[in-house]
Amino acid sequence: MIKCGVVIFPGSNCDHDAYHVSKHVMDFETVFLWHKDEDLKGCDFIIIPGGFSYGDYLRCGAIASFSPIMKSIKKFAMDGGIVIGICNGFQILLESSLLPGALIKNKNLKFICKFVDIRVEKQDTPFTNSCTKKVLRIPIAHHDGCYYLEQSELDELEKNGQVLFRYSTPDGEITEEANPNGSLNNIAGITNREGNVLGMMPHPERASELILGSFDGKMIFNSVYNFLKKKGNN
Amino acid sequence: MIARVYVNFKKTILDPQGRTIKKTLESLGYKDVLDVRQGKVFTLKFKDSLSREQVEEIIKKIGRDVLSNPVIEEFDYEVVE
Repeated sequence: MIKCGVVIFPGSNCDHDAYHVSKHVMDFETVFLWHKDEDLKGCDFIIIPGGFSYGDYLRCGAIASFSPIMKSIKKFAMDGGIVIGICNGFQILLESSLLPGALIKNKNLKFICKFVDIRVEKQDTPFTNSCTKKVLRIPIAHHDGCYYLEQSELDELEKNGQVLFRYSTPDGEITEEANPNGSLNNIAGITNREGNVLGMMPHPERASELILGSFDGKMIFNSVYNFLKKKGNN
Repeated sequence: MIARVYVNFKKTILDPQGRTIKKTLESLGYKDVLDVRQGKVFTLKFKDSLSREQVEEIIKKIGRDVLSNPVIEEFDYEVVE
């Protein structure tokens, strides 16, 4: 059985949503991981959920990146472990240097909470192998979601195929109007070079059941399930 | 010893908060303000036993590793007393 760990920092607020989807929708064995612990409890898959870890003091995700649990997650990720950081979790992965770049305030300075469309850029990954649609409808809820990276590094990111999701129209067209926050190249989610760590601003855990208006987010968790199953965890 | 660390966005980064403040200043009649960048100031108090060199060494390290994010920000500092 796949074992998933959901990290809790002071100020996390999507931890229970992530736990619910992992345990009750995906049927994974699921445990919470406390930020002060270093033990990952033998998890195969780590979710760093959204929220306002440490009140977003200093910079979003900055204080969390220095926590004991992140030390272990860095090691887990370096060894090829599957990690998803969602929203504030994405910010934490960037501050931890597990992913390149930074997330700054939305271009219009507003907190944006709405459904968006994101185009899946690659399907042969641990996070998208079961995406049966090219464009997923998943909500965002953030104030600091404008992805930034220096041009030369951005070119490198694109060249390596590390951009996994882009804000798009429902038809999958990449336009300025479809970009809610000013992210460079409409970036909504990226992976590390090795492809085992994903950071994304949209919340797949809020779109994994029909009753919530979309279950496109579940395709991402299904993909992780299929990837780990093939790898021999089940 | 007391030092101040100033953290600001790199010049290449658009600062929407600074831009909004500049627009407000303009609307209030302050037409001579050409640009506004919003940053952060940290005031750090150090043990008296440290030399100025030791303090500067610590500031350079924490300025880079903790107080700023080198992807988007740069920092400067001054020892004030």
